[in-house]
Parts: sequence; structure tokens; C-alpha cells
Amino acid sequence: MHPVSLLKLAAVSLLMLPIMSASGKSSAENSVTEAMLDNGLKILIKEDHRAPVVVSQIWYRIGGSYEPEGITGISHVLEHMMFKGTSNNPTGEFDRIISENGGSGNAFTGRDYTAYFQKLEKSRLGVSFDLESDRMQNLLLNEDEFKKEREVVIEERRLRTEDKPESKVYEKFMKRAFRDHPYGRPIIGWMRDLEKLELEDLEKWYKRYYTPANAILVVAGDVDPQQVIAAAKETYGKVPSTDVDMPDRPAVPEQNGVQRLSVKAPANVAYMLMGFHVPAVVDQPDNEWEPYALEILSGILDGGDAARFFDQLIRTEKVATAAGTDYDPFARLAGYFLIDGNPADGKTVEELEQAILAQIERLKTEPVSPAELDRVKAQIVASDTYELDSIFYQGMKLGLLESTLFDWRLTEQHSERLQAVTAEQVMAVAKKYFHEDNMTVAVLDPQPVNTSEVAGQ
Amino acid sequence: MKRNYLICLLLLMPGQAIASPDVHHWLTDNGARVYFIETHALPMVDMRLVFDAAGARDPAGRNGLAMLTNDMLLDGTGELDSKAVAEGFENKGAEISTSSLRDMAIVSLRTLSDPRYLEPVSNLLAQLVADPSFPQESLDRERSRALQALDHALQNPGTVAKRKLFSKLYAGHPYANFAIGTREGLKAITRQDLVDFHRRYYTADNLVIALVGDLDMAQAKKLANRISGKLGKGKRAELLPQVPAIAADETRVDFPSTQSHIMLAHIAVKRSDPRVFALKVGNHALGGGGFQSRLMDEIREKRGLSYGAHSYFLPMQQKGPYLASLQTKNKQVDEALTVTRDVIREFIDKGPSPEEVEMAKKNITGGFPLTIDSNKKMVGTLAMMGFYDLPVDYLDTYIDNINAVSREQVIKAMKSTLSMDGMVTVVVGGK
Repeated sequence: MHPVSLLKLAAVSLLMLPIMSASGKSSAENSVTEAMLDNGLKILIKEDHRAPVVVSQIWYRIGGSYEPEGITGISHVLEHMMFKGTSNNPTGEFDRIISENGGSGNAFTGRDYTAYFQKLEKSRLGVSFDLESDRMQNLLLNEDEFKKEREVVIEERRLRTEDKPESKVYEKFMKRAFRDHPYGRPIIGWMRDLEKLELEDLEKWYKRYYTPANAILVVAGDVDPQQVIAAAKETYGKVPSTDVDMPDRPAVPEQNGVQRLSVKAPANVAYMLMGFHVPAVVDQPDNEWEPYALEILSGILDGGDAARFFDQLIRTEKVATAAGTDYDPFARLAGYFLIDGNPADGKTVEELEQAILAQIERLKTEPVSPAELDRVKAQIVASDTYELDSIFYQGMKLGLLESTLFDWRLTEQHSERLQAVTAEQVMAVAKKYFHEDNMTVAVLDPQPVNTSEVAGQ
Repeated sequence: MKRNYLICLLLLMPGQAIASPDVHHWLTDNGARVYFIETHALPMVDMRLVFDAAGARDPAGRNGLAMLTNDMLLDGTGELDSKAVAEGFENKGAEISTSSLRDMAIVSLRTLSDPRYLEPVSNLLAQLVADPSFPQESLDRERSRALQALDHALQNPGTVAKRKLFSKLYAGHPYANFAIGTREGLKAITRQDLVDFHRRYYTADNLVIALVGDLDMAQAKKLANRISGKLGKGKRAELLPQVPAIAADETRVDFPSTQSHIMLAHIAVKRSDPRVFALKVGNHALGGGGFQSRLMDEIREKRGLSYGAHSYFLPMQQKGPYLASLQTKNKQVDEALTVTRDVIREFIDKGPSPEEVEMAKKNITGGFPLTIDSNKKMVGTLAMMGFYDLPVDYLDTYIDNINAVSREQVIKAMKSTLSMDGMVTVVVGGK
């Protein structure tokens, strides 16, 4: 249980995107079936016949980055309220029926999407379709349930953010890096907004975004696509559609110089978070290789214990105990490259920052070696196979790309794009984006953890 | 109405017989226990090695030694230093990791099955497990990282609560020890300690090899022999001491957090205890069944007191705990604690309703295919079966074992396992 970069941990949290979502081969292409219902619901089906199970996910194009200041967190609160009953199924029925059918399910809200899922033995897929299509149109928003659930979400915020020093740093960091841009707002919402959120706000949000034309149904598992489509027509197909008006894509505020902040919190271990504005796939009609070069760069720094961060910062220089990177090429609004780490005992966050900047300098001045590039690419080839082991993840990839960028086929080209990246391209993106005027750095300033517990016991 | 009709129809369908995968079991030439599932759907192999060499085996004054030994297996062997080892796996796209719990010291490997990958990667693993070099420089680095990980753990109120809870529940027993150890223990560990610990516990007789993937029987046998072949035969670790019963206790720890973490626990059962199936069904209704459980319903759904409220049984070689946990803002601690205790007390007294038993059984049996729907899940299940000496037909009989549980058995199992007189409470948080 050694220190692991917080960004690596965050990569498995459902509030953030996975870090290196290297992906799909041509074999995947053959088995994705695509369909569209008359009411605008998009359907994607990924067959996987290894086990008699199915995963059903319904994705809505709504999430933290759609929210204006004042009602931040509303998408996530609405996600919670979606379990509170409809005109057909009172509170608690949804979960009871899924459970009775041997299923499990949950939901997650991201910056750019909200998704609901059930995992079931394959013959029970219809149960999911009945229930999900019902709450797509018939949700009851009840004042008493809402007041209790708002308290639950506030407790969730305490658990995830208020009492977690690194999460506090991350939240304040993103606000500084993105200022008034939606990516500067926390998915779970500011506490002040949660406290004054009202039922009426939720009603409007639900009416505006929960409609077939704004949703994607993803089914993965041991299914016959034609039967799935027929069952979807019988259920989701009967949900009336309304037009969706999507907010404009706001520009990222210009940054003209390094930005620094320090966050005090009770903690034992110092922490540093650094970031740079970079492009994402959505930005890149011309230089479309750049996001993929950034992903490879991320692997060069942090793709295992042979990669530069572990080898140089932890193993050789002993300046860090953990260091990691995070970059999502498929963000809806903007790309951002994050680096985080903990200084080793006796080292400061300033020394850690200097050591990281030296690694960045090296990326700008010498091409990465063929051996390093080969290693990152070998890992991508292998992970293309490994990820086929998870039915849920196969569905997740399709849903993510279709909900954020309207194009699940990006998964198909993803590996190929990564394999095409050259050492020169990695150097080029490092030079172009990793400079001081584009940098934001936050440090955790640990305050004593005053506790009656004896440390070290 | 149509909706309900459809669901009823599905429920009326006769339960489909779910074929569980064939589990093959044998011993390697030098005595390691192997559990294997053959599946060629994907060109990959998952392997999990489990040694009885985890936190519960830490010698006195050396808390953290088992974890450091496990972790440092990957820090070099023969001519290879830690970077060369990392390259040996990562250049081939293989994923290697170690982890150390209370009972199990684990090494996990995932690799492509093509011999160009599998051969070099499994050879390297075999050499590392049998003959790690434990360089002093690596020990210094990993010790320093472990100390910081310990500091990090202790800045989290949930982790502080759990450590406190285990120290109370298992006072004087090896299960009180956390894998990551203590500051004093970590500081005292020497290279010779690692060497001695490795020699004692990293042996074929003390090893379970779980294998899942794209191999036929002959290949699997060859691979298992390769992995264990360089290990000494050794002997299986002796059984851990019995866990003594303890009396109820409550501890409050001040902590600068906005929420308090509340945990209640009781010494419960061994993995070999025949009551585990009844307790699994019972806990589903009490705290393990998500929104179908009473704890979640009373704490979150009815009162909005906490984001999560769960409980579980953790059977181990010796009696593992029953553990219930939730978190709430500091000023609501007393209310939340009262509700939690009332729910557990009433459940021990009266047990689940017949409907709750039915719901639990339907969910557990209906969801069984989901617990083995990937190579990763299967290899974890095999490792657990092997480590705890469960029968080879464990998967084949699982659904029948759950279906055979009656309400009376649940009530009896709960009453004979738990009582409020043995419930240990820990609350960590602010005022």
C-alpha cells in the first residue's frame, strides 16, 4: 500500500475520466451495432458472448460542465433524485426490482455526462429497459425526498472533498486554472449552491435534458442486437421526444503568466498539483495528432515503474514518493494536462516542482528514446486486449465518446493514432504547451492534524 | 401496467441453470496448490500467486515486514536491478502488482498469452519470487515511502477509525496489525529481516497459484511448475492463533474533520465456518444489500444522515470481523449511532422477514453470473478458494448453498455470531 499518485487514484473514480483509455481494435468495430429510434435515441450494442450477462447503460448529455454558477452540482443531485420514484414506480421500487432480478446498478455524474447502469443476467435485460424508460419521462420530484437527498449529497461532499486535503487542493486549483469556464466548477457543486438548490431548479433541469434525443443507450454483453433493438423500441421508443437546446461551447480564459496558490488543510503529507492548458481532440481539426502525442507523453512520464517519473523522481533522485500525470483527450470542452506528486521525506514541494520541471525541460530538448516509445506502445497494444476482459468498460468507452463528442468511432482509431505518434511529435507538444506562462501550480500547506489518537499506532 | 406484467413474466421463467466454469486443481511438482480455469476467448493470461505471508505474520516489533517483503519482490533479482525488472514486464505490456492484506500476500500478473510475451514474463516472475535480491537502497526507499503512506493514512478519519477498531477488536492477536505496519516497526526492519521472512514464507507449500486464461492443461501445468519450480518446498505456515471473544467497548477519537466516521464491529466467523452462507443472506438484508438493506434504508433513505451505510462479514483463516460503517456531520453522531445500534440490535433479536430472506437469495443467486463474468474476477475467486481450502466445486454448489438457507438458519446464525455485548464502537471526528 505505497503512496500512489492521487491522479492515478482519481482515474478510477467515476467522477473523473480514466487516464489512459487506450482502446479498441478493428475486432471491436465488427461487433458494435448502431441504431437510432424515431424519437432520436441513439443505441450502441457491443456483443460479448463470454458469459451469460449483460450491462445496460443509459447516458445523458448533461453534467457538471453544463451548469451555470449558482446551481453547480444540480446534475449530480438530479442523478440522486432519479432513484426516488415515478408515477408508475414509487420510491425504492427501482432498486428493489433490479435487486430482485439479481442485478446491481448505480449511476455516475461526470463533467460532460450523467450515466445510469444495471448489470444483469442476460435474460433480465427487459427489466432494465422498462425501468429506465419509465424514469426518463415520469420522474416524480417530491419536496420531502428532495430535502433529505440534498442532505445526503452534502454529506457526500464532506466525504469526498471537505475532509480530503488533496481534493480541496484539486477543487481550488481547477477554479484558478479555468476561472469562469465551466471546467472550473466542481461536479459535486459548491457547498453554498447545494445548500440553496431548489426543487424547481431540478424540475427544469430534468425537463430540459432528460429526453431521448439527448440520450444514448449502450448495451454490452451476451445479447442479440436485433432483439435488443426490438425491446428498446417497445420501451424507450415510446418516450416522447423534445428538442434539446445545448449551451454554447465557452472559450477557455486566456492565461498570461504562471498562477500559484497554496491551500491550508489538516494533513501529514505535503502535496503538489501542476497543470497546463493543452488541446483535446475536440480542438484539433488541423493538428489532430497533438492530443495523441500528449497521451504518449503522459505514458513516457508515468506509464509504470520503468517510466521517467518513477525512475527519476522516485528511484534515482529520491525527491518524490509518488508522482503522476492525467490527461483526457476526449473532454467535451477543453484539454488539460495535470501532474501531481508528494515530496519525499526531507524534500519540499519546491524541490519536487523543480525536479518535475527538469523532466519537462528534458522532453523539450531531447527526443524520447526508441526504447521508451516502444514500451509505451507495447503497453497500448496489450491494454487493447486486456480491456476486452471488462464488459462494463467496453460499454463505458462507447458511452463516453458518444455522449461527450457524438462519435463513438473515435475509439476505433484511438490505438492507431497512438501508434503513429513520433518522438518528434512528443517533443513538439512539450515545447508548445509546457511553458511557465501556461502553468498553474497549487500546493497543500499541511496544518497539524490535532487528534487524540497517537500517531503511528 | 404493461411494465409490471413483463417483469412478472420474467420472474416466472424457470431459473436458468448457469453453468459455472470448470475448475481444475492439482499440485505442482514441488507442492504448490494450483487452481485453473481454461478460457480461450481472449489471448491473455491472468495469474495470481497467494502466499500465506501477509500482515498477520509480522514478527513482534517488525510491523510492516510482510508488506515490505511482498512489495520488494519486484526490486531486483540476480543481475537485474529494480528498473530492469520493471522494464522486463512493461516492455512486454505485462501488468505486475503486489499487495498485502491480513491473510494474503499477493502477486498478480496479467500478460498476453503469445509465448513471445508469456515466456519471458513468467520466467522473470519465477525468478523474482524465488530469489529476490532485496537491495539495501530499495529498502531505504520503500521504507521511506511506506512511512509516508502511513502518515497519509493517518490524515484520513476513516482510516484512523478502522485502525483503531482493529486494535480494539483484535487486541493481542495478529489481526490487530495493519499490513502497512507501524512507524516503529517499519524503522526497525533490516535487510536480513526481509531475507529471513522470505525464506520462511515464500515456499511452494505455502503458495496457491490461480490461473485463468488462454492456456490448455499441458501449458497450464508447465507454467505452474515454472512459477513454483525455483521455490524451496518449505512448509505451510502454521495456523494463526484463535481469536478470543471480547466485550463491548466504545472509543471516541477527536479529529479535525467536518464529518465523523462511525464504525461498529464484532468478532465473527472463519472462512471455513458452515454459517457463512446464512450470514451472507442475513447481512444482505441487514447492511450488505445496498438500498435493499435496513442500514441504508434507516440511515440514508429515511433520515438523510449519511451518504453510505453498509455492513459486511470478512471471514478469514481465523475469525474475521462483522463491520458496519457510516459517516455523518459531527453534530449528528449521537442520532446516527443510536439508529445504527437499534437496527443491528433488532436484527440480531428478530432476524430478517421472510420477504427479506427471499429478496436476498434472489439477488445473490440471480447475480451469481456477474461475479465470474471476467478473467479478472475468476482469478480472484480461484485465489480465494485455494487460499482458504474451499472445495473445488465451490462455484458449482454456490447457488444451491445459498438457496438452501432458511430464515431460521439466518436467525440462528446471526444470534450465534453477533450480540450487542460484543460490539465494539469507534467514532473518529470533530465536535
